[in-house]
This record gives sequence, structure tokens and C-alpha cells, in this order.
Amino acid sequence: MAGLLFKGAPARAWRGLILGFLSLGLASCAGGILDPLGPVGQGNAIILIDATLIMLAIVIPTILLAFWVAWRYNAANPKAEYLPYWAYSGRVEAVVWSIPVLTIMFIGGLIWIGSYKLDPFRPLPSKSPPLEVQVVSLDWKWLFIYPQQGIATVNQVVVPAGTPVRFSITSASVFNAFFVPRLGSMIYAMPGMISQVNLQADSAEEIWGISAQFSGDGFSDMQFQVRSVPAADFETWAAGIRGSGPRLDEAAYAGLLQQTHRVSPATFGAIDPELFQAVATQKIAPGPGPEPEGPGHAGREVSTGGKD
Amino acid sequence: MFGKLSLSAIPLSEPIPLITSFVVILIALGVLILITVKGWWPYLWHDWITSVDHKRIGVMYCLLGVLMLIRGFADAIMMRTQQAIAIDAPGYLPPEHYNQIFTAHGTIMILFGAMPLVLGFMNFLVPLQLGVRDVAFPTFNSVGFWLTASGALLVNVSLFVGEFARTGWLPYPPLSETTYTPGVGVDYYLWAVQISGVGTLITGINIVTTVLKMRCRGMSYLRMPVFCWTALASCLLIVAVFPVLTATLAMLTLDRYLGFHYFTNTAGGNPMMFVNLVWAWGHPEVYILVLPAFGIFSEVFSTFSGKPLFGYRSMVAATLFICIVSLMVWLHHFFTMGAGAAVNTFFGISSSIIAVGTGVKIYNWIFTMYGGRVRFETPMLWSMGFLFTFTIGGLTGVLLAVPPADFMTHNSMFLVAHFHNVIIGGVVFAVFAGLEFWFPKAFGFRLHEGWGKAAFWCAFIGFWVTFAPLYVLGLLGMTRRLQHINIPEWAPWLYVSVAGVGILILGVIAQVVQLVVSIRDREKLRDVTGDPWDGRSLEWATPSPAPFFNFAVMPNVEGEEAYWGIKLRAVETQQLAEEPKYEPIEMPVHSPVGIFTAFFTSVFGFAMIWYIWWLAGVALVAAFAEFVVFAWRDVHEYEVPAEEVARVDRARRAAREALLDRLSRQGALP
Ligand code: HEM
Ligand SMILES: [Cu+2]
Repeated sequence: MAGLLFKGAPARAWRGLILGFLSLGLASCAGGILDPLGPVGQGNAIILIDATLIMLAIVIPTILLAFWVAWRYNAANPKAEYLPYWAYSGRVEAVVWSIPVLTIMFIGGLIWIGSYKLDPFRPLPSKSPPLEVQVVSLDWKWLFIYPQQGIATVNQVVVPAGTPVRFSITSASVFNAFFVPRLGSMIYAMPGMISQVNLQADSAEEIWGISAQFSGDGFSDMQFQVRSVPAADFETWAAGIRGSGPRLDEAAYAGLLQQTHRVSPATFGAIDPELFQAVATQKIAPGPGPEPEGPGHAGREVSTGGKD
Repeated sequence: MFGKLSLSAIPLSEPIPLITSFVVILIALGVLILITVKGWWPYLWHDWITSVDHKRIGVMYCLLGVLMLIRGFADAIMMRTQQAIAIDAPGYLPPEHYNQIFTAHGTIMILFGAMPLVLGFMNFLVPLQLGVRDVAFPTFNSVGFWLTASGALLVNVSLFVGEFARTGWLPYPPLSETTYTPGVGVDYYLWAVQISGVGTLITGINIVTTVLKMRCRGMSYLRMPVFCWTALASCLLIVAVFPVLTATLAMLTLDRYLGFHYFTNTAGGNPMMFVNLVWAWGHPEVYILVLPAFGIFSEVFSTFSGKPLFGYRSMVAATLFICIVSLMVWLHHFFTMGAGAAVNTFFGISSSIIAVGTGVKIYNWIFTMYGGRVRFETPMLWSMGFLFTFTIGGLTGVLLAVPPADFMTHNSMFLVAHFHNVIIGGVVFAVFAGLEFWFPKAFGFRLHEGWGKAAFWCAFIGFWVTFAPLYVLGLLGMTRRLQHINIPEWAPWLYVSVAGVGILILGVIAQVVQLVVSIRDREKLRDVTGDPWDGRSLEWATPSPAPFFNFAVMPNVEGEEAYWGIKLRAVETQQLAEEPKYEPIEMPVHSPVGIFTAFFTSVFGFAMIWYIWWLAGVALVAAFAEFVVFAWRDVHEYEVPAEEVARVDRARRAAREALLDRLSRQGALP
């Protein structure tokens, strides 16, 4: 799978050079960021690899040079000439400055192009209109609202394969980062703000997402299922949920706001369409944080209670 | 009366902190009893605790740094083992404990481990290399050190009384606000960092002033050793950005204590502003650490190659270039907030431009070895290990500075591997190279060569075995700060990493053994000449250990590599310079103001943490009173009589005669 990334002609020539940690990573990269499932992840991974190759082209010779010089001029080698006053050479200096400058010019170009092409806010080119998903990070679970379908899910997101998805992301308490490694770019979930990331899965597969910004005691379990399914199945799935199960309104949301650990996936058959805006603008007050001083704290969480 | 403090603050029900507390208290008591029984108090008090000698203060900084490195390493062992055990399992450290450990680890390693070590080297070396007798403000210097120690003390007290922050070493709000973290942990963090931050700022001001105003005759800027340049650049950064940190943390403190809303979730607070401000300090901070490390390597490469540093002016330019550009890149720590393409492009490119300065330095070190006679003694091994390790760390740093790549690796184990790669490979390796290199100057004898080399190989191999798997884990999508792991594919790499920690433990043991063996064999390892490595800068012109007044007569520098010039002239003319006329020397008197101030600031910090307002007030007034009393002192200096100066210097000259004799017979000098 990772091999796909090396199709480019110049890259093939460099293949043999991918040493050390990178090759280890590639050998076992299934499921990671070098095994992308969609165009964004692919774009990111190609840039990551290109930048690595450009730099390795300089770094490997440099390291070899360092060890060669050190070995060659070691004091025990009588053959090496001793140049005790050789401490300046305009020509060497020119080369010494221009190598890093040129390398960084390459990388700079890559940064420039990449930042624009892979800006998370940028809509993905596609024939089909994007699916809208609103994401709220809570203590310690993820809420996904599908405004077009009128449903919502917890810790589970289902997307149609081959269709761009526009995630609008906010947080109901502290920072988190919305990250599905195999789809690509992560972005912060921030209280009182809405960030966006456009992603797409090219084929049907079950993968996972995670929070990539530490958010407190339940952080390690802020993992969620991501299922990309054929487009037709997606509609069936949404229809199956719609109308069944509880409605996501302010009262139900108030339950979600409480701090909970290891929340299993759940669904809501109906939603309050204004809810996401109300959370993002903090019309609904943010999560209350930990309960004031309970017996479970055993004296360590010494607190004055939920003082703001 | 005691604010929030009660007996329940002591973690009686939690065996790990409780036992640790017990052991630490026992060891501390043991040391105190030993000192008392042996009657060492007067010596410690007069010669160390109240000393304003920059060398003594430098050594105490290094001692503090090494102790804190060990504490931080203990945290690291716990984290690595927890992650290796807690795969689809809870492990042995619950989140509320694990989260404290990684927070304490980061805070301690950067602010109380690496910083004191770097400040210690600057204190010890800058006056010696500039050919002067002390820093610009000697008593102030002692205050700075003791404030840093006061901060370190508070962090460690949190282990026994209450808890430490559970937010990460940069306590991002709103998580760090009282709503989400009501305990005393963040308050411990805030007061400890604030108090030590004042200490750091003091040292920064001190070194900048020393370099700008106190060089000996003939020591023009472009004759200063590169270490002094890097110390200057680092301290300029301290002066520029530590106030930013202080202000940022002060705002968070106001939020927490007085219900302000700078960074709160509600009422118009903007938590992202904290992230912005804290990185405006945080990025320059990493260069505050690594620039002096570059300085140390520059000295080592040149000395052990038997050549001047290649491209000295280029090195100075690269140092200043890094110093300035490092102030303009901080946003690369939060590309993932979604700033927009133009902003990301700017900060991505500016970040990678720093690598130009670093790259130039790497080539200059290589060309310093070119045409040299490279001796692979222990400091040089660390330096070669650095060249390799740091180059890779720079590469991954530039990768993280490419926004689309950072969108995949931000906050991942890849990031963790990157910064350990540069901080261990850069700063920690430099510190060990430097300790080995300047140890004789501080204590009069060398460290044992064999154990030093063993320590290097364990650290070098251990480092790569520990951290290379983290790069892989990052590529596999693993984020940092996970208390347990739900993805079994990550397990093998976590096991490899734990094995690496095992090798690192051997390295630490080798270091300790090296110290013990060296002290035991100190007579054999004695440095009688004062110039054990065939050095090139002025500190090697002094005897080992250097006398408290450094130089009997102020040197007169006539070129780059001041001491090398003196040495060459002596060999050419087959004699030392004529014996000078010795004059009495004025030295600053010792002063307990540093330790007393720090005592009261520690009490103040503790009282603020536990809301004991009356005590905080008393302690603050007392700390301030210290300064008033000091300002009223009558005696500033005392005189070292000319005979005493002459006695010390004649001994030095005798040793140098012998050295000269040997050098001439060897014909080693070109
Ligand atoms: C070659 C130049 C370097 C570049 C281009 C670079 C780039 C970066 C970037 C972009 C990040 C943020 C990644 C993220 O959070 O997603 C980062 C993190 C970090 N870097 Fe570097 N870096 C360089 C050198 C260094 C050096 C020399 C040090 C220290 C001596 C250092 C220490 C750190 C630390 C401590 C962090 C992580 C802080 C945290 O998130 O807790 N870096 N670096
Ligand atoms: Cu940075």
C-alpha cells in the first residue's frame, strides 16, 4: 500500500535510500499515516516523503562526510596531513552556506505549495456535493451531528466512500484535536470556535480516529470508530437510524456534557438543528468539569469545588 | 489558618508517591545527618551556600540540574513501562497519576534540569573565558541560583503534599482553569515556574551585562570564544522572552485566583491566546537551551582537533541568525488550529530557515576536524554522537515545520521523538561533553576515561533504541500522553522502547560509577598543569581548580584563541612571560541574601498554593526585606593581599614551567 506513494519517477530512484526509522515505519505502516485511505492523507503523506527525501539527499552525505573526516584525521593516522592553522576558506564557506540555503529553498517551495493545496479549509474537488458533519468534542467522547440527515452519533462516524465530507468542529469543554490518521489532516477542536477540515475516504473500510490533543483524565479513550461505506449503504444506514432512538435536544445534550469515560457508540434518531451553533457560540454553557470533591478523590484532588 | 491545607493532602492511600516520598525524605535526612556529624556545615555555608563566586554558583547550578535530570528520568521510566504494560489494560498508573508524571517530567526536564545545567555552564565559563574575575552582579547571581532552586523545591514538594499539575508541561487553558482542574497541581506549577523564571531572568541579565561590559583588555567581540557568543545570544533570548512567560502565567494565575477571564472558556476569555503567548516564549526557549550547547561543542571540536574553529565569523553570524529567527517561528507549534494557508506558509518557511544556521554550524564543525589531529577522548565521543543525532533531529524538525506533514504528526509520538532527538542529542550530550571537559577546571582532577566512554555508548545506543520506535509509532498514528493503549499493533514498538530505557539506565549507572571511581582515584587523575586537554581559551590559563579570583593579573589578549597565543609564544621563546608585579585584589564579600530570599519565596509560593494568605504576606515582606537589608550593607568587598595572590600565582607558574618543558621536548606544538 505504501508502495503506491513511490510511483513518482524521481522518488523511485531514491527508494533505496530510505533507511533507518523510515524504512522500519514503512515495513509496518499498515494503518498509519503512510497508508492513506483518501486524497488528503495521500497528499500529506507524499509531501512528508518528498520532504524527507530532499533532506536525506543532503543529510546522508553530510553524516558520511562527518565520519569520514573524523576517521581520516584521527590523531593515530600519521598519513593525514596536519593543517593546524587552516580555519578559513572563502570557497568552503560559500559552499557551506549555499547547501543548506538551497535545500531549504526546495523545502520552502514544498511548504508554500503544500500549505495552499492541503489547507484543511479548502473544499475537495468532487462531482458530488460534500456531506456535512458537525463534530463536538466533549469530556471524554465525540459527538457527530449530521444536519442533512437529521441524526447524530456518539464515538462513531459513518461516511460514504468517494464523497467529500466537510467536518465543522468545536469543543464543549477543553481543547481536543480531531484526527483520523488514515484520512489525513487533523485540526483542533476549540471551545467557542468552529474549525473545519475536508476529508474523503476513497474506499469502504473500518478505521479509527483519535483525539490528538491531551484533554484530561479520560483522554486515552477518546477514540472513535470511523466507517466508510459505499454511498448507497450510507443512505440506508442513516435512514435506519432516523426516527429510532432518542432525540438530541438540549436535555439529552446536558447528559453528554457530564464527564464520562469509555463511552460506547450510540445514536440519536432526531436532532435539534440549532444545537451545534448553540454549542459553538456557547449559548449552551460549556461542560462543567469534574464533580466537586467526591469521596472518590481520596484527598489528592484537593479542591474548592467547581469554583470558576 | 492553613488555607486549603489539611492532612488529606498527603497521599497516604497511594503507595507510589508515598514510598517515593519516604525514600527521598530518608535520603535527605541521611545527607543532613552526615553533614552535621562530619561538621561540614561551616564549610558548606561559607564556601558554597553563601558564595558569590561564579564558579561555585555554576557548579551548584549543574548539581541541581543533574539531580533533576535523575528525578525526570525516574518519571520517564514510569511512563515507558506504563505504556508498555497498559495495552488493552489499565496498567499500574491510573490517569490522575500518570498525567501528573508526564507533566512533571516535561516541566522538570526543561526548566529544572536542562536550564540549570545550561545556566551553570554559562556562569562557570563566561568570566573565565573573558578573562575577568566575576560576573557583573555577583550577589544578584547567587539570588538567581537560589530562586531557581526554590522553584525546583516546590515542584518536588508537590510529590508529598497535594499533587502536581495534570495538564502537560505547558498548561493549556481551559483545561488548566479551575473549572476543569480545581486541585492545587496547576498552582504548584505556576508558582514554581514563576519563581524560577525570575531566577533565570536574573542570570540572563547578568551574563548579557558581563559579556557586553566586562571583557579583559584586548578581548574584542570578535576575539571572544564561540561559547561566549552563544551564551550572549542565549541570554539575549532569555531577556527577551522570559518576561513573556511571566506575564502569560501571571494572567493564568489571575484567572485561577481572582476569577479573571483572560483564558477562560466563558465571559470573553480566549484560551487560544495562551497557546499563542506561551509558544512565543516556548520556541525561543528551546534555542536558549541549544545555543550554549552549540558553544560547548564548538570548544570541544576545536580543542580535540588541535585546530582553531573553522569559520569563526560564520559561526558567530549563524548564532546571531538563529537567535533572531527563533523569535519568528512560534506558530509552528499550533499549525493545527487552522490558521489559513498564508499564515502557515510564512511560519513554515521561517521555521525551516533556522535549519540553515544549524546546517552551517554542522559543516563548520566537520571542517574543524578536517586537517586536524582528532583525539577521541570522551568529550569528543559525545560530540560525534551529537553530530549524528542532532542532524537527524533537525531533519525531523524541518518535517514538522512543513504544515501538511505536521497535520499528520502534530502531538504524535513522532513529535515526541523529534524533540528528544534534539534535546537529548543536542543539549544533554553537550552537557555531558562539557562536564567531562571542564570537570578538572572545577575540581582539579579528571573524570575516569573508561567509565566515561561506557556511559557515552550506553546513552547513545540507548537513546536510539528508545526513540527510533517512537518515530514509527508516530507514523502509525499514535498520539502522545496516552495513559493506556487501545491499538495492539503499537505494542511491539513500545516494547523496543522500554528495552532502550534499560540501556539508558546502564548509562546512568556508568555515569555514577564514573564519578565515584574518579573521586576515589583523584590523586591519579589530578590535573597538575591546569591545561589537561591542550586547550585554547583563557580558562586553561588558570590552575585547576581555578582560584577564586580566577586571574592573578588581568590578561591582555592579543588575538583569537587567547590562551593558545600565550602558549605558542612561551614555546617559541622557551620561557613564560615575565613575572608580573602582584597587586592586592578586591573581591565581593559572600552574602546569605540569596539563600534567605529563596527561603522566603519558597514559603511564599507554598502559602499561595495552599491559600494561606497571612503566611504569603509575611513571607513576601520578608523576602523583600532581604533586599533592603542588603542595600544597606556597609562592606561590599574585601582585599586579597598581594602576597596571597603572588603565592597562588607562583605555584601556577611553576606548574606551567614544567608543562612548557614537556611541550618543548615533545615538540608537539606547531
Ligand atoms: C532544525 C530546526 C528545528 C525545527 C525546524 C523544529 C521544528 C519543530 C516543530 C514544527 C515543532 C512542533 C511540532 C508540533 O507540535 O506539531 C517542534 C516541536 C518541538 N521542538 Fe523542534 N525544531 C527544530 C529544532 C529544535 C531544537 C534545537 C529543539 C531543542 C533544543 C527543539 C525542541 C522542540 C520541542 C521541545 C518541541 C515540542 C514541544 C511540545 O509540544 O511540548 N526543536 N519543533
Ligand atoms: Cu518550536
